[in-house]
Amino acid sequence: MSRTVISLIIENESGATSRIVGLFSQRGYNIESLTVAATQDSSLSRMTLVTRGEPRVIEQIMKQLNKLINVLRVSELTASDYIEQEISLVKVACIGSKRDEVCRLVDIFNAKIIDATPKMYTVRLFGDGNKLDAFVKQVEQTSEIIEVVRSGVIGISRGEKALRA
Amino acid sequence: MEMLSGAEMVIRSLQDQGVERIYGYPGGSVLDIYDALFQQSSIEHVLVRHEQAAVHMADGYSRATGEVGTVLVTSGPGATNCITGIATAYMDSIPMVLISGQVPTTMIGEDAFQETDMIGVSRPVVKHSFLCKNVEDLPTIIKKAYYIASTGRPGPVVVDIPKDIMNPALKFPYEYPTSVSLRSYNPTQQGHKKQIRKALKTLIEAKRPIIYAGGGAVWNDTPALIKQLATHIGCPVTNTLMGLGVFPGTDEQFVGMLGMHGTLEANKSMHFSDVIFAIGVRFDDRTTNNLEKYCPNSTIIHIDIDPTSISKTVNADIPIVGYAHNVLTAMLEMINDENLQNNKADIETWWKQINEWRDKKCLGYETSEESLKPQQVVEAMYKATNGDAYVCSDVGQHQMFAALYYPFDKPGRWINSGGLGTMGFGLPAAMGVQMEFPDSTVVCITGDGSIQMNIQELSTCLQYDLPIKIIILNNHALGMVKQWQDMVYKGRHSHSYWDSVPDFVKLAEAYGHVGIKVDKPAELEGALERCFSLKDKLVVMDIAVDELEHVYPMLVKYGAMNEMYLSKTERT
Repeated sequence: MSRTVISLIIENESGATSRIVGLFSQRGYNIESLTVAATQDSSLSRMTLVTRGEPRVIEQIMKQLNKLINVLRVSELTASDYIEQEISLVKVACIGSKRDEVCRLVDIFNAKIIDATPKMYTVRLFGDGNKLDAFVKQVEQTSEIIEVVRSGVIGISRGEKALRA
Repeated sequence: MEMLSGAEMVIRSLQDQGVERIYGYPGGSVLDIYDALFQQSSIEHVLVRHEQAAVHMADGYSRATGEVGTVLVTSGPGATNCITGIATAYMDSIPMVLISGQVPTTMIGEDAFQETDMIGVSRPVVKHSFLCKNVEDLPTIIKKAYYIASTGRPGPVVVDIPKDIMNPALKFPYEYPTSVSLRSYNPTQQGHKKQIRKALKTLIEAKRPIIYAGGGAVWNDTPALIKQLATHIGCPVTNTLMGLGVFPGTDEQFVGMLGMHGTLEANKSMHFSDVIFAIGVRFDDRTTNNLEKYCPNSTIIHIDIDPTSISKTVNADIPIVGYAHNVLTAMLEMINDENLQNNKADIETWWKQINEWRDKKCLGYETSEESLKPQQVVEAMYKATNGDAYVCSDVGQHQMFAALYYPFDKPGRWINSGGLGTMGFGLPAAMGVQMEFPDSTVVCITGDGSIQMNIQELSTCLQYDLPIKIIILNNHALGMVKQWQDMVYKGRHSHSYWDSVPDFVKLAEAYGHVGIKVDKPAELEGALERCFSLKDKLVVMDIAVDELEHVYPMLVKYGAMNEMYLSKTERT
């Protein structure tokens, strides 16, 4: 069951996303994460989808996605070199000496405090899933985590390769 | 430019699309369309008694002609009543456009009267769907709907139109597009040349080849091309349930239907083949049995228009994506140009083996003087119709008996719900066919279970003078369910029989038709003769058949294609 990151270009119209999500539930495929937003061409949306499955299932997923009328392009990012990024916003309760410790972790993880009150920090962090997990794990050792928001993965292929409509 | 309201645009678009008949049922949200329909004469509207029947009618019409069927229904229950019909068409890749009314755009999402999210409800069973939110978009959406429904792998398309979009008071410029293109939809039409060559080489070199054709081989001259190829190679041909008639059923090279209730010779030929040449099939579970044991020594060539059908269940060694007729045309050209010949001695040895299986006469059955065998009824029906009827089937034992005992020589003559297995499909499908071919013999073969699932349509048949011949194989039970209970559940007949079956003769008469009852084998031939001589009448034949009869052959559960039950006491 290998983790697969799929990038799609779809028509930016109502119902397009539900057809993709519906396809996954209808055919019993997993969705680990899904992000979608309009591109520089407002008639198109770009979607990054993370799934898991045997090679045979992944092949079917790619074909089934291609078959949807609203889908223009489908590319398996994990099939070659690619970059993936995720953003995480973490609200941490911290007072007194805890504040310094959280600040140190923020430094180590190259994150940034983007909001603060006397009782809490809101931290922004970029990276891949492992890094985001590691940060939360470390913070938990010292402070109470109030809230974690993750954007889901976005990805793009490395080098000259591009996915265009 | 001409100014039309949304409702008028719907009708005009259908006219400009060349639609001559639509099947439907009016209701609140489509009253404006119905009003526009009333004020024209080129499109005929067929009023059914239940929306599901409208969809099956359009479906039957499509299966018999290859054209796109059109349905018009109202929102809410009108739309949801269509779902079984749409799913039936979707599973069998039947082109169809269904226009449903919707509550006004301003009320969508407010749980308004007769509101259903039709786009959402139908999503898993449509090829595509459109919710029309601007009047100006209507002609293009309708054009796109027909284009999508009929190209690539065909399928049903839903067009959902809110009531305010059809407002007769608001006029907009109308122009019907001559063509449409979608940047995200371009089915591969021509097969890959290299793959075609590789497939042909494999077929020519095969010692034990078999051609396996299905529902994707019914149209566009594909049957004629398959016949040419099969004649050249000399190999056996099998058809799926959906493909019956693609290859002539009475041809010597035809080994019968394959699959769960396929013939011994078809299933064994598949199992022992070295090359399977599959055209427009999807290796459905009813035709493969246990995938682990599937045709162990066969190289699989698979031609299909839909890439998702390829290597979905059975891995294709040589896949070719494209229209079957294009691929076959290219192959036949290569054969001619290069004078490619296969080894006929190998083929002869192969036939020797196949004929040994054939000699087992797996479709044999015993008759008795007391009760009619269902097989016997189908054979008599074949005789009475000279094998040239449109046979529309419901779902169950009668469907399998008809598929096995009525050989079809032409495509588009055997009309049944293969993928979804929809009981209640037969009668409305037959109506769609009969209406298109008023002078042809159209039979609905059904059971006492299936016929009751859309029996209200007998009323529609009277209104439109549809002289369908309904053959009910009456065993006072859900025969196929009962058969499984006999074979798998130690004979525990849980809810598979009933003590009350209506008097179908009186029922036929109540609807203004003719009913004929047959109880004894001796009465059968005369009764059928009378039935088919009543050219202008719908006849319901209520034929009592042996209640204990099972359909054989039947593949052994979890077994390979060569493991079959041949009767209640024999297996391979």
